[in-house]
Amino acid sequence: MTVDSSPAVPAVAAGRDLSAGLSLRDVTRRPESGALIGTLAVFAFFGVFGGAKFLSAAGSASWLNVAAELGIIAVPVGLLMIAGELDLSVGSVVAASSMTLAIVSGHLGGPMILGILLALAVGLATGLVNGLIVTRTNVPSFVVTLATLSALSGLTLGLSRALTGTASVSLHPDPASKAIFGTLIGGQFEVAILWWIAVAAGVAWMLQESRYGNWIFAVGGDKESARATGIPTDKVKIALYLGSGLGAALVGVIQTILYNGAQVANGQSFVFNSIIAVVIGGVLLTGGYGSVVGVILGTLTFAIVNQGIYYTGWNADWAALILGILLLVAVLMNNTFRRLALAAAPRTNRRA
Amino acid sequence: MPPLLKLHDVAKSYVGTNALSGVSLEVDAGKVLCLLGDNGAGKSTLIKILSGVHTPTSGTIEVNGEPVRFASPRDASAQGIATVHQFGGTFPLMSVGRSFFVGAEPMKRWGPLLRFDKKLAGEIAVREMRSLGITRVTDGRRLVGSLSGGERQALAIARAVYFGATVLILDEPTAALGVKEATHVLRIIMQARKKGIAVIFVTHNVLHAMSVGDHFAVLIRGERADDFRKGERTREQITDLMAGGEAMAALESELAKMQELS
Repeated sequence: MTVDSSPAVPAVAAGRDLSAGLSLRDVTRRPESGALIGTLAVFAFFGVFGGAKFLSAAGSASWLNVAAELGIIAVPVGLLMIAGELDLSVGSVVAASSMTLAIVSGHLGGPMILGILLALAVGLATGLVNGLIVTRTNVPSFVVTLATLSALSGLTLGLSRALTGTASVSLHPDPASKAIFGTLIGGQFEVAILWWIAVAAGVAWMLQESRYGNWIFAVGGDKESARATGIPTDKVKIALYLGSGLGAALVGVIQTILYNGAQVANGQSFVFNSIIAVVIGGVLLTGGYGSVVGVILGTLTFAIVNQGIYYTGWNADWAALILGILLLVAVLMNNTFRRLALAAAPRTNRRA
Repeated sequence: MPPLLKLHDVAKSYVGTNALSGVSLEVDAGKVLCLLGDNGAGKSTLIKILSGVHTPTSGTIEVNGEPVRFASPRDASAQGIATVHQFGGTFPLMSVGRSFFVGAEPMKRWGPLLRFDKKLAGEIAVREMRSLGITRVTDGRRLVGSLSGGERQALAIARAVYFGATVLILDEPTAALGVKEATHVLRIIMQARKKGIAVIFVTHNVLHAMSVGDHFAVLIRGERADDFRKGERTREQITDLMAGGEAMAALESELAKMQELS
């Protein structure tokens, strides 16, 4: 029986690690390592084939704008996926919140602030419904949010037609709202980029540095063990659904103010694009593993491929093919990195 | 001084079947009680009663001589009873430090905000595992999934001990492990015992039980078929009892009845 109480041995071992092993282990231990390689690779690829136009301010704005709107949704959706749940309803939330704002503040002529608050409330309400159903029943979140995706899009279309007689409503935002949500900085960069940075920074802090982040990892890692330690697992999940609903509603508000109007078909592309971005970013689809930095990188990768193709002079039809291949490669690479992180067991202090 | 944990005449029946009947057990601080039994003998039911998952149909539980009733696992852990299951109840993709403090994160002031002190969490986790004799885990940032089976058990046990467990229920901690890893866990059990913790070691491995146990109870078909102290039985006797136990228990109860009658 060797109960080692002298700290000398591991200190020596750690010292030896520092030279080579530790840095590699630190890299493989981060969920975003694979995603970073992916982002750099597609950036270099389109930098070469897209040329100076891709690298210009206008080129950068085109993919940063796409990334920002997607990212505001992908960050909270990624958080949910780390907790082991999906949210497909974000697409309909974008549409419903857009229409709410356009109808209240445009069609009905109400104050902007009221329209914006109601639009965000639509997102929160959808999140609450998703969260309650997922936690109260044992129906998989894929099915629950697929149902709310469909139901909410039907509700949006039905109500819009009933109230306005049309599926597309215009809005004339006041200068203050325009500046906060829908302006183009330097004529090119959407103000949504700043919103994205703010959302990502806040959520990254919460996930990495607060106790709630630890709860989210635990809930996604093993729900029963998490509950046994006293974590309110249901409340955690409901809060995360409120977050993804709010993120999607914010994008609805931003788009409506940016484009001076809303259409009921808005936003459906976010449903799977958000999942693609999150998965490329190294979040484990089954939960318990991932990072906000990874989701940001996954979103950037998606946006670069999505927009970069236009700068190559090739037919844009190929963008989806590249994305599909990229998704598979990214998942395989992330799996490899995760295996490395799990296998990285230093055997330096072997004394049996 | 009353025993730390005492069960008297505890029975549990599910619809129509008796999972457990008339089981009495005692365990003292700093002692290891081995609960032996074949599959289906009622070990899991007993663990669930002790850890507050189930309430017994009849019988009493006493902690330090005071009768208690566990309505939920939280009630049991409030009395210092912690259960560590076979696969550790830990999170493979979390770091050792994060996993150790799930639900009880140490916080540090950071400007106007509170922040999870992961460095401290990792240090405490490594230190607590070290105090149970695990010296190979020196970095609290390692993922739990990179630890060996024995080390994961140690992490779960260290966690329970750190958060004030006085009674530690170990559910088949050695069953999924190789010989070397199993000896590791047995060593940890002795370390916990030395710290004055009452250990209930549930196993069907007689050899493992005999190497650490102070007190033994054999369950067969939901009844306590035998109860003895260290050195009172040979390994062969216990193995025979467990293997042919069903027939033996029936015979013994028959003999007991005949003695009462005469």
